[in-house]
Amino acid sequence: MIHQAMIYLQLFYEFFKTGLLAVGGGLATLPFLNAMAENHGWFTVEDVSTMIAVAESTPGAIGVNMATYAGFITGGVLGAVVAVAALTAPAIIIIMLVAKFIDQFKTSPLMQNAFSGLRPASMALIAMAGLGVAIPTFFDTAAMQAGNWSAAFLWKAMILAVAIFLGQKFLKKIHPTVFILIAAVAGIVLKL
Amino acid sequence: MHCKSTRTRSDDNMKEKLKTCLELFWVFLRVGAMTFGGGYAMLPILQRELVEKRRWTTDEELTDYYAIGQCTPGIIALNVSTFIGRSKAGLPGAVSAAVGFEFVPLIIILIISVFLEGFADNEYVQHALAGINVCVCVLILNTLLKLRKSTLKGAFSLVVFFAVFALAAMGKFLPFSVPLPVLVIAAALTGIIAGQIKEKQKQGGKAE
Repeated sequence: MIHQAMIYLQLFYEFFKTGLLAVGGGLATLPFLNAMAENHGWFTVEDVSTMIAVAESTPGAIGVNMATYAGFITGGVLGAVVAVAALTAPAIIIIMLVAKFIDQFKTSPLMQNAFSGLRPASMALIAMAGLGVAIPTFFDTAAMQAGNWSAAFLWKAMILAVAIFLGQKFLKKIHPTVFILIAAVAGIVLKL
Repeated sequence: MHCKSTRTRSDDNMKEKLKTCLELFWVFLRVGAMTFGGGYAMLPILQRELVEKRRWTTDEELTDYYAIGQCTPGIIALNVSTFIGRSKAGLPGAVSAAVGFEFVPLIIILIISVFLEGFADNEYVQHALAGINVCVCVLILNTLLKLRKSTLKGAFSLVVFFAVFALAAMGKFLPFSVPLPVLVIAAALTGIIAGQIKEKQKQGGKAE
């Protein structure tokens, strides 16, 4: 009983630490999970690679999904909830503090100038993240490196992209999530 | 009597807040259920739900939340959700948004880890995900084109955009890289310095 409770406390501590120190989200939690596997033996390093695969193939943020999976392996359903809550707590604390700070200096020219630099930077990082998904989605990087250019371009994916782009352009009312569902079905039908 | 009237008003206030929190929970529940990938993948859905549909926030503010969410510790998607929740309804709003975002993924992962071994390796799952990734790329591109109108105005912002993009891209192809939070903070400092220079020029112009 006490041993069980200890595991939940340790889980909370470890994931709180991850939420507090992992900057960049998603795969930034990976080194923390590997450390948990080594230090606590809650799961193996192989389990961690399964976690990545599951986390990337289910909805939600990758970091949160990995915490759910790791928490579940370690302490069942309650373990999953504890891990996710512990990961979330620092985000809420930090954002509450940062937002308060920003509110206080919102009207100061210094803060406004800072945001004039932050906004384009934010756009650039989102574009970069998008490009990071786009490259393996539209190109077979392995074939590219082998110089096999006829196989390097994933035509079916490119055609689907053009179709979705046109769809969004002309059917503005349709919710983005509808396009995501259609694309999932198209992926299965076209064997992407 | 007087006392009673203030009480109903605060009750109404409470009700209003509860309603906002429930709405936040519901919106982020749907966002969480349809986000595949990192925090960037939820941007198109947030832009539609929060800016276009509900007018809870603006394109500029949404971009600001992402900027801050990327340089503060923690999962970007959670940081952005928390930020929006807080701006609508304080701490209860922040918690509602974060919990809403996590709700569906948590249940799905639990079901998969109990019942569906090898889910991630399943052929159909892989094909569906490949399709979803195509869609996410297009949605992000379209959202960036939309946001561009309000966030990339003037030469300065374009210079910062391309500089940060180039430096971040370098990290992907070269053995050394600049950590992304450092890039974000450097961009903020550049904004401050550029503002200062502009101010000085203005004063100089006036002195003449």
